[in-house]
Amino acid sequence: MSSTLFLPAILAKFADGNAIASDASTVGDVVADVAARYPRLAERLRGADGQPYPYVTFYLNDEDIRFQGGFAATVRDGDELTVVPAIAGG
Amino acid sequence: MSHATEVLSALPQHCKLCDCEAAAEPIAICERCLGPLEPTYPADRRYPGRDEIASRQQTIWRYREWLPFEGEPVLSLDTGFTPLVEAPRLAEKLGVARAWIKNDAVSHPTLSFKDRVVASALNAAHAFGLDTVGCASTGNLANAVAAQAARAGMKSWIFIPEDLEEGKILGTAIYGPNLVRVRGHYDDVNRLCAQLADRFGWGIVNVNLRGYYGEGSKTMAFEIAEQLGWRLPTAVVAPMAGGSLVTKLHKGFGEFIREGLVSGTAPRIYGAQASGCAPIVRLVERGEGPLVPEIPNTIARSIAIGNPADGPFASKVIRSTGGWAASVSDEALVDGIRLLAESTGIFTETAGGVTVAAALALAWAGAFKADDEVVLCITGNGLKTTDAIRNALPASPIVNAKVREVVALVEAVH
Repeated sequence: MSSTLFLPAILAKFADGNAIASDASTVGDVVADVAARYPRLAERLRGADGQPYPYVTFYLNDEDIRFQGGFAATVRDGDELTVVPAIAGG
Repeated sequence: MSHATEVLSALPQHCKLCDCEAAAEPIAICERCLGPLEPTYPADRRYPGRDEIASRQQTIWRYREWLPFEGEPVLSLDTGFTPLVEAPRLAEKLGVARAWIKNDAVSHPTLSFKDRVVASALNAAHAFGLDTVGCASTGNLANAVAAQAARAGMKSWIFIPEDLEEGKILGTAIYGPNLVRVRGHYDDVNRLCAQLADRFGWGIVNVNLRGYYGEGSKTMAFEIAEQLGWRLPTAVVAPMAGGSLVTKLHKGFGEFIREGLVSGTAPRIYGAQASGCAPIVRLVERGEGPLVPEIPNTIARSIAIGNPADGPFASKVIRSTGGWAASVSDEALVDGIRLLAESTGIFTETAGGVTVAAALALAWAGAFKADDEVVLCITGNGLKTTDAIRNALPASPIVNAKVREVVALVEAVH
């Protein structure tokens, strides 16, 4: 089982690129897995409390994870997770 | 401020959360904490006095020292300075001493306050040498970007929710942009544009140019203060979508106080949303914790943002000024549109109806005092959202061109 985490350009430079595969089964576990592999991403993907920052939104297959249980949302094979800084709009 | 012949350049930025410095670039996010960037004004910048400002043309650029550039602006030079209209009958209904409408429903060129922010953003795009701009929009911003980009000779890519009002779609398409209707709500469009800004290197005004774009909103506060005779109202009511406007109004009033251009204290700021999409109002009411996003369900599409980027900042500003927030039903907002038209002669769109109706709700809840002087920010024009009021108005009688038929009508009215 594998899903893909897509990073915005501003974060991609802290990894090997903007698409990172993971075998974890929840959004939170995918983030933990990626954070462990790329330590410079760790503090940028989540706060000290282990939760997403207020200004960073995670989308699971284009749906905001806050409508799907947050970091506890289940990730299935082939799913796409996208990190989008929420500083936009208005 | 720089000499008149100096080439336009954008100011560097800093993070609003961690204060980290960032370059003058089409980037709106802090690399360290992903917080929002905003322009850094030079500590030695010289600000003009009242007489110098008053001697300049009546546009947003009369306040150019408070906008995020060095050198002279080159695009959209005639936006701003919309009327401040006294509204005595509305004041009576609100139970306050005086009330005014800041009427951006007649903003140049596209009849909404978004002309202000786009004028600032397009100058930033010009400074960065970008030839393509874009936006995610609930309608008014689409109009403003399309029109101002067309005039500037820039290409534009504009993304809107597919179900926007026809007036806003046509009022964008007429300027010849690349207009794309996206299946989903504004928040889906916004997310898409955040991803597109990365991919194509466009200047998306409310994504990667957002730090420069947002500063244009301050000019509404500057104009209110100047038009009141260089003084401040005691309270301001404004609609909230992304939440940026209320924060920039507060910032603008604060900047004028700091320069000694106005006396008195910063106005209490009140925010208005439709009940069908009121995440910021609910955050103000809770007072703490994270913003909880919502799926919008309201006819006030121009402010239907379920995941407002500036929501937490807006809530903080509102509470820190002693203001509050209110949400109103779609029926109440239609009544608000009619009340403003019938009492003040101004035809506003749904967001303006929300603002008027929320002001009334706040008044009934005891938010205002008898000696208050209140400004309502009306940010868009009613001709763009006629569907909202079509069924609320009485049918007009049709008569033959005969005097006796009109006499009968007049007698029936009296």
